Amino acid sequence: MNRTVLILFCFAFSALLAFAAAHSHWDHVPAKDHDRANPMAGRSEAIAAGALIYSDHCAQCHRADARGDGHKRPSLRSDSLRKATDGDIEWFLRQGDLAHGMPSWASLPADQRWQLVTYLKSLQ
Amino acid sequence: MIPYLRRAAGGAVFLACCLPVSHCAYAQEKPYFVTYSYDLEEPGNLDIETKTALARPDGSTHFGASALEFEYGVLAWWTSELYLDGQATAQDSTIFTGFRLENRFRPLMHEHAVNPALYFEYENLNGADKNLLEVVGHDGQSDVATPNGEARQEHEHEAELKLILTSNLKDWNISENFIAEKNLGHSPWEFGYAVGTTRPLRSASTGRACTFCAQRLIAGVEAYGGLGDTAALTLRDTSHYIAPLIGWEAPKGLRISFSPGFGLTSASLNRIYRIGVAYEFDQVGNWFRQAGGRQ
Repeated sequence: MNRTVLILFCFAFSALLAFAAAHSHWDHVPAKDHDRANPMAGRSEAIAAGALIYSDHCAQCHRADARGDGHKRPSLRSDSLRKATDGDIEWFLRQGDLAHGMPSWASLPADQRWQLVTYLKSLQ
Repeated sequence: MIPYLRRAAGGAVFLACCLPVSHCAYAQEKPYFVTYSYDLEEPGNLDIETKTALARPDGSTHFGASALEFEYGVLAWWTSELYLDGQATAQDSTIFTGFRLENRFRPLMHEHAVNPALYFEYENLNGADKNLLEVVGHDGQSDVATPNGEARQEHEHEAELKLILTSNLKDWNISENFIAEKNLGHSPWEFGYAVGTTRPLRSASTGRACTFCAQRLIAGVEAYGGLGDTAALTLRDTSHYIAPLIGWEAPKGLRISFSPGFGLTSASLNRIYRIGVAYEFDQVGNWFRQAGGRQ
């Protein structure tokens, strides 16, 4: 009986992990935010400004080279970020992920968030 | 007033010179002195700030009260703080007035049009505290006009609760606080409010390192006052202030803020000047981990 319960539990847990792996957190981005255009996309001055903002706000956790610490502070040079739209990233910056240690940056002026998005995209 | 301003400015320069110029970060902190926004300390960061209040009650002498604040980001949704309070009164004495322990939580994990934060504080102060970090009940200028020797006999053993509501509208930060304070020994609940709004003078970054550029300046205004107590929820015999604010995020992680406050009722101080100097140390937990790893 106990063995059956254990097997069922392992099966359910594996299914849960597989489900989580198949769904990235970009799936939660509302359609209007996903499609939002970056008003500063590709501009060299926005990349330079974004680099300064990154250095001020993000480098302390994600490291100066944006490669993270390999543990709780993820690399920002990743497939996930490459696939995300500018709108996805801006939405994520605004929301943060408080439960996992990522602060919300909704208080940062919107222009600075877009400059940061432009810089992060330039790293990919 | 001038000697106190000179001392406060000297203290700010001293603090700035003493701080190590190493890792630093700019918090999302607004230059409010009384109002809280829902912005919390980034996890692992330690923010050290002095908040100084300078004023003169009618019929009494000038005072300068200072609170030294240690703010630590425990988690992305939880910030913990310790305040050490003291004050100096002209022709009287300079005394330590007590401490405050405070915790702020964000109960909702996502952004909304209005974002709440909950604030719980325990205060162990004496009656000579003049920092006026909140105004509740019938607080007035008579409370800060009592001589230190007499005022310090009163023990304020208090719990304070705040509901903090914040909205970010375009680049405006709008924050409202509803305050309830209770002396744990006796006295009814006392109530107060604080509301404020700020905005950076320039929203986009210029892309070059600068010191006195508009993107580093935040301006705003806050208003705060008492709302009576459970015996009489009223505006009568209460203090109310309005205070323009200016904040400067200097290079190397230093933040300086200034606010002249103006009393709006006869119970209020006529003017109260506030000066804040802050420095944020990033990821202080790592310092100990790294030190431990080297052993």
